[in-house]
Amino acid sequence: MSRELFSFNGGVCPAEHKNESNTRPIHPPPLPKRLVIPLRQHMGTQARPIVAVGERVLKGQMIAAAEGVISAAIHASSSGTVHAIDMQTLPHTSGLRDLCITIDTDGLDEWAPLTPLPDYRACNSDQLRTHLSDSGLVGLGGAVFPSAVKLEAPAEMGCPTLILNGAECEPWITCDDVLMRHHAPQIVQGMAVMQHLLGSKEVLIGIEDNKREALAAMQSAAATLDFAVEVIAVPTRYPSGGDKQLIKTLTGREVPSGKLSTDIGIQVFNVATAYALYRAVFLGEPLISRVVTVTGHVLRPQNIAALIGTSMLTLIQVAGEREGRSGVLMGGPMMGMQMPTEHVPVVKATNCVLVKSQPLFPPLPRALPCIRCTRCAEACPADLQPQELFRFAKADDFDRAQAYHLFDCIECGCCSYVCPSHIPLVDFYRYAKSEIWAQQQAQQAADLARERYEFRLFRQAREKTEKANKIAARATAPRTVTTTDADSQAAKQALIAAAIARVQAKKAIAASRNVETLIAQSQIADTDTPREPIPLPSPPPKTS
Amino acid sequence: MLTGIAVMVALALMMGGVVGWSARRFKGVGATLTEKINAILPQTQCGQCGYTGCKPYAAAIAAGDADINQCPPGGDRGIKKLAGLLGIDTKPLNTFHGIPKANSVAMIDEPICIGCTLCIQACPVDAIVGAAKQMHTVIANECTGCELCLPPCPVDCIVMVPVEPNFLQRMPQAPVINLKRLA
Repeated sequence: MSRELFSFNGGVCPAEHKNESNTRPIHPPPLPKRLVIPLRQHMGTQARPIVAVGERVLKGQMIAAAEGVISAAIHASSSGTVHAIDMQTLPHTSGLRDLCITIDTDGLDEWAPLTPLPDYRACNSDQLRTHLSDSGLVGLGGAVFPSAVKLEAPAEMGCPTLILNGAECEPWITCDDVLMRHHAPQIVQGMAVMQHLLGSKEVLIGIEDNKREALAAMQSAAATLDFAVEVIAVPTRYPSGGDKQLIKTLTGREVPSGKLSTDIGIQVFNVATAYALYRAVFLGEPLISRVVTVTGHVLRPQNIAALIGTSMLTLIQVAGEREGRSGVLMGGPMMGMQMPTEHVPVVKATNCVLVKSQPLFPPLPRALPCIRCTRCAEACPADLQPQELFRFAKADDFDRAQAYHLFDCIECGCCSYVCPSHIPLVDFYRYAKSEIWAQQQAQQAADLARERYEFRLFRQAREKTEKANKIAARATAPRTVTTTDADSQAAKQALIAAAIARVQAKKAIAASRNVETLIAQSQIADTDTPREPIPLPSPPPKTS
Repeated sequence: MLTGIAVMVALALMMGGVVGWSARRFKGVGATLTEKINAILPQTQCGQCGYTGCKPYAAAIAAGDADINQCPPGGDRGIKKLAGLLGIDTKPLNTFHGIPKANSVAMIDEPICIGCTLCIQACPVDAIVGAAKQMHTVIANECTGCELCLPPCPVDCIVMVPVEPNFLQRMPQAPVINLKRLA
């Protein structure tokens, strides 16, 4: 605890609201009748379904495989039958639909055969990473980046520092807090696997100093490990749990703009990821459930170990639903997203289901014009100029927004929180970011079209010249057949004979066509022979 | 006095020489105006501007023969960019050339297709696969949605299907909540 801590710029101290939900034990997973499991729950490419509609699946069975390197496998959260593979509403503000696998559970909760790797130190690290990738492991802190990719230390500089992030700075959310209180030994076991894969020398665990129980539990668990681990209490100030902010607080180093923490030799994982990794390695269980805080306007705010794909409404019912709900947020009040309905599924990124009500979360007052007071700039933990970014985003001036490092914005919401004009600043940044992504995609499509259009023009020109050359070659080519008169006569005769033969052959084929059902001529003759020729009556004698 | 003039004249000649030499040396380095304009155009190759493709239209703009507001797929944003590049005022889209539409791709109703290859010849980006008397199909990824394949089809078996918004194109809404009243 003697470590010198640093401070990041900005940040805010909103009311914590943690005690509502962190005193109850983790509720075991409710088993809903139907699970809706999206195929895109992670950063990167969508997973590819590998089951068919009507197929019976077991709990923990892979139902969609990772596609490409930056992707993650998806598993059935319980046993049952695949009901549909179709477009369903995602837990996203926009209410967009995406491909999901719907499973009708059979209530047996029957596990698929599991393959744990308890002796992970003996394993090849590639084999271990493949196992983690097949377990669908992604970062559970919010970015949902595939963990197996993060667990490969860059070759040139390695990863000397490993940080476990248990800061959990966002108000209302306590899922990491209760996980550390109840599963600290498993978390540090998972962390030991991470340390083994990355070969880190320095291992730090950062926890905000408002979580006394979690700090104590993690300290006692870390003491059992065979390598040095520092459990550090960091001052409670939002957003101390942001990757870059935690790195700054613990090490005093800053991640340069546009770079990753690995570029300065630091890798950060969430404690829930370490716990999921423990389950994947020591129990062989893929990532099919996660701890979700259900809090806000419910009877019993608490943490639930929810199966991925469970409807948020089911969790709200477990926590005791109340009248007067005015919406559901996925995540906390600072960074959370308004859900289109309560019927959206829990995904790997869902850390909190925050139920709103009018008294708890009064609607924002009407936004007033920006008065350029720069309070947002003072609060910004990423050292940006939020008021300028707002101006550019509002004017669709995306080039200048990017020049002002829009993509360094972590969307923490500090600027919106302090804004005296109540401008929803973060929404403008999200809008600008998505517009820039859309424009980049459009640019890629345009580049492809330009290339294909130009190739088509080239192809047409080439075909034209080829044809012209061919005609020219035929016109100028000398006649090859030169024969004497006698020869030509004979050749002509032969040609005529051959033509006659051909025509006759054709006639023969034509004549013999479709005659199978006709009566043969010989048959007609046969039937005719026995018949006595009718004697013609002799003409009467001519009378004179 | 005379030395001063001589020095100044010598300096002027030398610098003029450097400028003249670099004007020749670096001529044509970098994109031409047509290329710069073409980079802004959406490459739909739809011909709604009155030219056979985006590049001819870009060349016409560069030559001053065409206006910057003739491209419906580029929309107002495209016009704004062109105006910025050329240093002129923006103007509203000339609706004589059409109106902007939602992104879409062509789809061939395959049982109806008779395999006449007319659409293949019409496609400006070779995004239709097929052969004479064989079924044709559109490579959706490469279709620009120009609609040029619709008129030649003798059996009207091609329809335009709107592209579903991509997951990246997230819509802005208010997720951030006023916490100040709670404290």
